[in-house]
Amino acid sequence: MKSLIESLRRGILTQNPTFILVLGMCPTIAVTTSVVNGIGMGLSATVVLIFSNLFISILRNFIPSKVRIAGYIVVIASFVTIIQMLLQAYVPTLYNSLGIFIPLIVVNCIILARAEAYASKNSPFLSALDGLGMGLGFTCSLTLISAIREILGSGSILGWHFASSGIGVFVMAPGGFLVLGSLLALFNYISQKRSADSK
Amino acid sequence: MKLIAELFSISLGAILVENFVLVRFMGICPFLGVSKKVDTAVGMGLAVTFVMGLSTLMTHLVQRYVLEALGLEYLQTIVFILIIAALVQFVEMFLQKSVPALYASLGIYLPLITTNCAVLGVAIYAADTSIYTVFTAVWYGVSAGLGFLLAIVLLAGIRERLETSDYPKAMEGFPVALISAALLALAFMGFSGFNI
Repeated sequence: MKSLIESLRRGILTQNPTFILVLGMCPTIAVTTSVVNGIGMGLSATVVLIFSNLFISILRNFIPSKVRIAGYIVVIASFVTIIQMLLQAYVPTLYNSLGIFIPLIVVNCIILARAEAYASKNSPFLSALDGLGMGLGFTCSLTLISAIREILGSGSILGWHFASSGIGVFVMAPGGFLVLGSLLALFNYISQKRSADSK
Repeated sequence: MKLIAELFSISLGAILVENFVLVRFMGICPFLGVSKKVDTAVGMGLAVTFVMGLSTLMTHLVQRYVLEALGLEYLQTIVFILIIAALVQFVEMFLQKSVPALYASLGIYLPLITTNCAVLGVAIYAADTSIYTVFTAVWYGVSAGLGFLLAIVLLAGIRERLETSDYPKAMEGFPVALISAALLALAFMGFSGFNI
């Protein structure tokens, strides 16, 4: 229980993959045009993270260290393929709107980074928990960014329209860079202010 | 003549209209990570272009003559990422042995390319055998790489100038790079809808 809370806190707050570690930027900007897409991408990546961390941790004593990266990539790619098939079969609308970014979960740096930095050194149980924490942290960040972009860009939230239209540029390419850049600056400002206060 | 028009349209699309970084959001990590100096940005861009050309050739051939011939399309992701990883490793060893000068200048960027999602992305797009032939697929791969080169060099130029300018401390590093990228993306939106 304690380790669960610890890994959730680490994933969502202290080592948030998007805002603190600044990893996995491509899906972060590309799929966050609506909240549904953001949550769908976040949860897909979470499932891949949990299972790849679990399996890499189980196999950590069998994979020779020289070819470990290739080994990790095969494990990750297998789970991504499974997720891709499940999404295609059960949530075809989400599958179509995420498009090419589902196979690209393979090269999401968060997953490889956790495999290398955590799962290859810790027990299977702790690694799966770490995957859960990091995945939920990623999901929270995507939800936040996509909520801002959907509200400003299409004047709706979760598909429910409260305005007839929005500022279109926020759901297009520049809006993604702009929202993410502003949020990062905001978090930097808060943490700098905090460390200045504590001195 | 028809071929030349098709090649031109592929290049125009991949470099400007559907720029892989600024319009399709692929390869953002190296785009932000290796764009502090123009020299290194050029090195990274050239390395990516080279690997993209080679990997689209390999993956298109594998897709056409192995995966589709055997009905194994669902293995695409696993097979492609392995091809790219092996290819990057091979290119690295080859350059180290035979062109050490080029290896020294590209050295550190080569292993990073495996996790550049633009490389896998362009391989997946170019694997559509109903649209591309082997030749046009490679052409598409090289054009996508040139698009990446253009975007990263532009951003590096902006960031070099920003180094001496005065902006809020909280914007340092990634935030200011992202805002600059947003402005670049805004400029590239001017190309959208271009068609031949």
